[in-house]
Amino acid sequence: MGTERIEKRFEALKAESHAGLVTFTTAGDPDYDKSLEILKGLPEAGADIIELGMPFSDPMADGPSIQEASIRALKNKMTLSKTLEMVRSFREGDVETPIILMGYYNPIYIYGVDRFLEDALEAGIDGLIIVDLPPEEDNELAVPAKNAGLAMIHLATPTTDKKRLGQILENGSGFLYYVTIAGITGTAKPDLTPVKEALDKFRTVSDIPMAVGFGIKSPEDAARFAEFADAVVVGSAIVDIIKNNLTQENVANSELEGRVLSFVKELALGVKSARK
Amino acid sequence: MANTQVNSYRTGPDEEGHFGIFGGRYVAETLMPLILEVEKTYNECKNDPTFKQEFHELLKEFVGRPNPLYFAKRMTEHLGGAKIYFKREELNHTGAHKINNCIGQILLARRMGKSRIIAETGAGQHGVATATVCALFGMPCVVYMGAKDIERQKPNVFRMKLLGAEVVPVTSGSESLKDSMNEALRDWVTNVEDTFYIIGTAAGPHPYPELVRDFQCVIGDEAREQILGKEGRLPDSLVACVGGGSNAIGLFHPFLDDDVDIYAVEAAGLGVDTDKHAASLSGGAPGVLHGNRTYLLMDEDGQINEAHSISAGLDYPGIGPEHSHLHDIGRVNYVPIDDTEALEAFQLCTRLEGIIPALESAHAIAYVMKLAPTLPEDHIMVMGLSGRGDKDIFTVATALGEDI
Repeated sequence: MGTERIEKRFEALKAESHAGLVTFTTAGDPDYDKSLEILKGLPEAGADIIELGMPFSDPMADGPSIQEASIRALKNKMTLSKTLEMVRSFREGDVETPIILMGYYNPIYIYGVDRFLEDALEAGIDGLIIVDLPPEEDNELAVPAKNAGLAMIHLATPTTDKKRLGQILENGSGFLYYVTIAGITGTAKPDLTPVKEALDKFRTVSDIPMAVGFGIKSPEDAARFAEFADAVVVGSAIVDIIKNNLTQENVANSELEGRVLSFVKELALGVKSARK
Repeated sequence: MANTQVNSYRTGPDEEGHFGIFGGRYVAETLMPLILEVEKTYNECKNDPTFKQEFHELLKEFVGRPNPLYFAKRMTEHLGGAKIYFKREELNHTGAHKINNCIGQILLARRMGKSRIIAETGAGQHGVATATVCALFGMPCVVYMGAKDIERQKPNVFRMKLLGAEVVPVTSGSESLKDSMNEALRDWVTNVEDTFYIIGTAAGPHPYPELVRDFQCVIGDEAREQILGKEGRLPDSLVACVGGGSNAIGLFHPFLDDDVDIYAVEAAGLGVDTDKHAASLSGGAPGVLHGNRTYLLMDEDGQINEAHSISAGLDYPGIGPEHSHLHDIGRVNYVPIDDTEALEAFQLCTRLEGIIPALESAHAIAYVMKLAPTLPEDHIMVMGLSGRGDKDIFTVATALGEDI
């Protein structure tokens, strides 16, 4: 499916005239089984697109919440192969919801780009967000991914001007991920107006769907951004709920999954009610 | 094309910042416009006589260059082989080669109109050098340092504070140099408008490996002139230690196209066959981290391993991309020296020459001790003595079982 599944989802959202909710969790956080259970519950709770983090030892663009999620997953021996396996299990029950892998390049580079693209497509992955691959390095992964039919979702940021946007969109596909702040995930709260202005400006250049993320933490925040964005990404706030429902030994308590999913329901409600 | 001279080892990087397959610009999109601006400004500076003049004036008046190329007479006699010269970077202001690069980068930052400086540091030498140039120019300075390193390098932490820098302890990951670099990158992404990141070694996204090398080439340029003055010919071999590799590339680069054997010494910690070392070339593989493709210590899933060395300055699981390239094409020989050998060399140099070397530099000395006795008396060897060892006396005392 790849890029196509993402395009279909955005077409459906457009037809329903509301924005989509993109949820982020880290694969293997707090452990493989719990992480998979959460993953399986996300579509029903209201996630329109699932962003799944590939744990990495050195997550340079992430704030403390997602850094710690990576560490928890790695401590439980999570690997890229197991992340692919997790998506394969998810796909047994869901062929509609797009799954985007988010992470850093080195684990993919070590796995081998061609082998990875083949295995990712086969597992049912539709797109990739690789934080440390700007358009200058498109030949590494973006171009081969595009040729293989996987969407390479590129990031635009408050430092992106129109000229650079053209370069970003050249090999970017699926949707554009607009990073609402200059900064790392889950920290500063973004202001609405500059984000809206940036999207308005970008829409004069391209009609690719535009998602916004970084620092969006509550259903109310999500609703405000959902008024004008095509999708809203929430990550650290969900990951924080996982963290807050762990014992000292990082074992999930019995409430964890339910609390994560009911928060996702609230987020989805916020996002979907925004344009009424 | 930037530089197309054939049959030269000195033409890299290409326009995309590659040395062979190594280097590149693997950074978050938020940083890309700034990285491109650093490159543009640096290219202007390279050809600007005013910039060069200001750089060299500060190296002369503030750093105290040129430093001597010193004939290590007693070491030479003791080892009974090659004639050994030390390039005395430890005599620079702040006690190591790090200051050369900091002077260059702060001039670049000022030209770009940046008003705030950040840096990462391991042993604290680069942090002290950065704090020093920030004091010199009256700029605010934030230094990221692993909580573990803060504990083992207290004198340097206090030095930085005296110089007016804010030292931020890094408690994420392994709490050492690689995590400090992550944290500095996070700061930079957040403060991209007003901040310049002074990277301490010849690594990171293009153009850093190039510009750090160029600023450090003053080491090799001086050594070349000095050896011609003293011996009337070029040396037969060069030796320097490598962590990220800025002092080594600075010494080597001006000699790459000459008939000179070059040895770079990696920190083998408890041994390259153990999991406690910092020898990325002897024990690692190509990967992507901190903005560049280079040799890294990592597991089979591409997760970065912690490095280990008795010397905090070599305690990094990567190496500058130009070194990875020079390794792959075989122009430079990369050799391991372990903690024990470095400790022995530290003591020998101190007693024979009256010079307390940094533990980093002691790795180079240890290799000289191996190599020199196998060579004839007319073999001329130049070793980079990259820093002084005052900062290391506590570590050495502990290793020798002494209570001070």
